[in-house]
Amino acid sequence: MIYSDIAITAFAIAVMADLFLFKTSMLTRPAFWTSYAIILPFQFLTNWWLTSRNIVMYNPDSIMGLRFFSAPAEDVLFGFALVLSVMAFWEFWGRRGIQRH
Amino acid sequence: MLIFTFCGSAWLEIYLKTGVFRRIKRVAISVLPISIFFLAWDAYAIAQGHWFFDRAQILGIYGPLNIPLEEYIFFMVIPMAAIFTIEGVTTVKPHWRKDEFGE
Repeated sequence: MIYSDIAITAFAIAVMADLFLFKTSMLTRPAFWTSYAIILPFQFLTNWWLTSRNIVMYNPDSIMGLRFFSAPAEDVLFGFALVLSVMAFWEFWGRRGIQRH
Repeated sequence: MLIFTFCGSAWLEIYLKTGVFRRIKRVAISVLPISIFFLAWDAYAIAQGHWFFDRAQILGIYGPLNIPLEEYIFFMVIPMAAIFTIEGVTTVKPHWRKDEFGE
């Protein structure tokens, strides 16, 4: 498995977990999409910083080769999976009454 | 970059009183299980050479599984920024919290 495969898998798992496992349905909510719209430009900015300065480098054989603002396109899937899964878990515990307020 | 992200999101805690730090237990049980998966992925990707770091531009401190310290901090700071953001959004738009968040 290369970065592309794992990124797509992580994206799919996060979506499934939100909709069917935790049933948190973050993906159906304006609160999630508004948050993601705020986060994504910052992800592009910080990713651009890390990749354009070669702080992080990618093996050309492990990525598709499509890049946004110098960072591999796979990073968008990775970031989405990370943000969605954490927010879904945060919501999951909140619903279970753990430190709701 | 990590400091930028932390400061760029944690100000919401003060300005909007999101109360995320106060709920540190909920933060921990939301972030850690996810981070473990992503760090396992990171370890695999580093071992396989999917990605690598410029040794001159990192602290050079490595944690378990040959993962640089910055990566461990990354998987704390970024998830926390996500929580600050959604809590910030639902503080400004409380009607999005109602029903949706079971409150």
